[in-house]
Amino acid sequence: MSTPAEVPAGLPAAPEFTEPLSEWHRLHVRMLIVRPLNEGLAMLVPILVLLFTGNGEKWRLIASGATVAAILAFSYLIWRTTKYRITDDQVELHTGLLTRKQLAVPRDRIRTVDLTSKPGHRVFGLSAVRIGTGQQDIPGTDGLTLDAVTQEEAERLRVLLLQKAVAPKTASPGEPHAEVAVPESEVISKLDLKWLKFAPLSLSGLVAIGAVFGVLSNYADDLGLHPVQDLWEWLFEHPSFTLLGAFVIALVVLGLVLSVPLYILQFWNYQLTREPDGTLRVQRGLLTTRSVSVEEQRLRGVDIQEPLLVRAGKGAKAVAVTTGLGSKGESNLLLPPAPLSVAHQVSRDVLKVADDPTTRKLRKHPFAALRRSLFRHVVPWVVIAIGLAVWAPSWAWPIPVAIIPFAALVGWDNYRSLGNALDDRYLVTRNNSLVRSTVALQRTGIIGWRIRRSFFQRRSGLMTIGATTAAGAGVYHVTDVGESDGLALADEAVPDLLRPFLVRVDG
Amino acid sequence: MSPKSVLLWTMQAAVFWLVLFVPQLIVFLLVNEPPTWELALMIATLVVGVLHTAVEPSWRYRVHRWETTPDAVYTLSGWLNQEWRVAPVSRIQTIDTKRGPFQQMLGLATVTVTTASAAGPVEIEGLDHEVAQQLVVELTNTTQATPGDAT
Repeated sequence: MSTPAEVPAGLPAAPEFTEPLSEWHRLHVRMLIVRPLNEGLAMLVPILVLLFTGNGEKWRLIASGATVAAILAFSYLIWRTTKYRITDDQVELHTGLLTRKQLAVPRDRIRTVDLTSKPGHRVFGLSAVRIGTGQQDIPGTDGLTLDAVTQEEAERLRVLLLQKAVAPKTASPGEPHAEVAVPESEVISKLDLKWLKFAPLSLSGLVAIGAVFGVLSNYADDLGLHPVQDLWEWLFEHPSFTLLGAFVIALVVLGLVLSVPLYILQFWNYQLTREPDGTLRVQRGLLTTRSVSVEEQRLRGVDIQEPLLVRAGKGAKAVAVTTGLGSKGESNLLLPPAPLSVAHQVSRDVLKVADDPTTRKLRKHPFAALRRSLFRHVVPWVVIAIGLAVWAPSWAWPIPVAIIPFAALVGWDNYRSLGNALDDRYLVTRNNSLVRSTVALQRTGIIGWRIRRSFFQRRSGLMTIGATTAAGAGVYHVTDVGESDGLALADEAVPDLLRPFLVRVDG
Repeated sequence: MSPKSVLLWTMQAAVFWLVLFVPQLIVFLLVNEPPTWELALMIATLVVGVLHTAVEPSWRYRVHRWETTPDAVYTLSGWLNQEWRVAPVSRIQTIDTKRGPFQQMLGLATVTVTTASAAGPVEIEGLDHEVAQQLVVELTNTTQATPGDAT
């Protein structure tokens, strides 16, 4: 990887040569305003509260003035103490006032570049650049972030930093797509407004209401109000199922209505492209815009996720299984909730295969897996019901009892989703019911096995096989597969790794 | 696996259950007229603790296995729930040894082999200290001899 890319015949000309910046650079001076804007918004309410409650005592004015001044001074210090440079072989970032941090990322280890512009950034034409490497030792510390530079600079950095990553493409004979990449970026998928029908199904509206509610009640607490508690107490004094029902219905309707603008907010201008420098690029967002570039060579597979309701509407979203992306803010998203056929098409084009491995016919898991699945889904509710029956008022225990049939259905559906398949390049495994996930993982990306047999699994001859990988979640499971099938699968997926030990296992 | 690891696990289990049991005992002795459920909880802790401390270490010792080949590191661990872990030598990123206070007392060590995956390193517990050191040297040599960035 670290060898400079030789340009093979047939590849498009490299993007115009950009002189590596080896001088130290500061973040853009406009960050002096943008950082307080982005971060100050969160502080705005406490400041206002501080100002306008009470009787205009002097200390309140002073305190809020001091807060504002502190924010400004802080952002000045961050700007003043942060500098970065890009040398021939690494990206360096020096930051911090009291604790000086010096980060350096070798350029040949750069796997992803993520450009994010929050509204504050966009007003001033700036963009934050997050550079991701494959390192995953401590979650959340992966890579480094330049917050922020001008949009042109960000774009330049994106091209520059991923340029070295271009490796000569070896045209493997097994590959049906022998054609070379087109000079311009090739559009794999684009937002279609028809996809909006999946917005309500993804329940994002309800999640958002929950989040907003959390923030609001926090502020309410600051003001000495306890609306939730008051509501509960009131409800206990005047129990009314009509009211409760109306409340739930209102919540659901509001959630459904909200989910559409949310979908637009997150996925407006969504576009998935293959860039000439060998990266996949996802752009999206209405207010906060994001552009995530993933080095194609580091893509280890695709995860097709079908949340229950979206699945009922024959939809799915696609997620990249790759190194160098945090899971924060869905940076690994390849396709927002969209029709399943689109998801398969994206998966196929992204992986450059003739047909999507996740559409392979999956081998069913043994019947004992159904027993386990039902058991695991139903028993917790039984325990809760018994617990409530013993210790709680008498109206409480029928609630978990009423849930049991649904839990059993989920358990049954969970069993139905289980499946695995293996083709010449991918290990495919499907799991879960509420968010059904079908993962196609490159066999060459598997760097070990974790094979687990619980006490009960041993008794029913099952095992859960985890394929560990540097990418994505780190491990992908084939759940409750029959012992001999499972070992055969693992052995076939990565030849020779397990074999020395298999004799012993069988014996 | 050193036979001394049975002793190690016994000590660890005993300490764990003592930490749970002793405060209960103190409360029980200090409080006037302690409620019956407290006595029941205490007895339950004692019974489960003694059983666990008696059974788990030797069961675990019968299960635990490890092996290295020029190509892979392999462990089997657990007792009720058992897990095999396999990591190919070509994908090894770091090799650490770790010795807790009990392990130092007994002259044991744990060797941890990490790959690029975020999901769980391969841990070889309860090795004699010398064996552990030898293993680390051996693995380091084979790992260095293997090219690639192991991701």
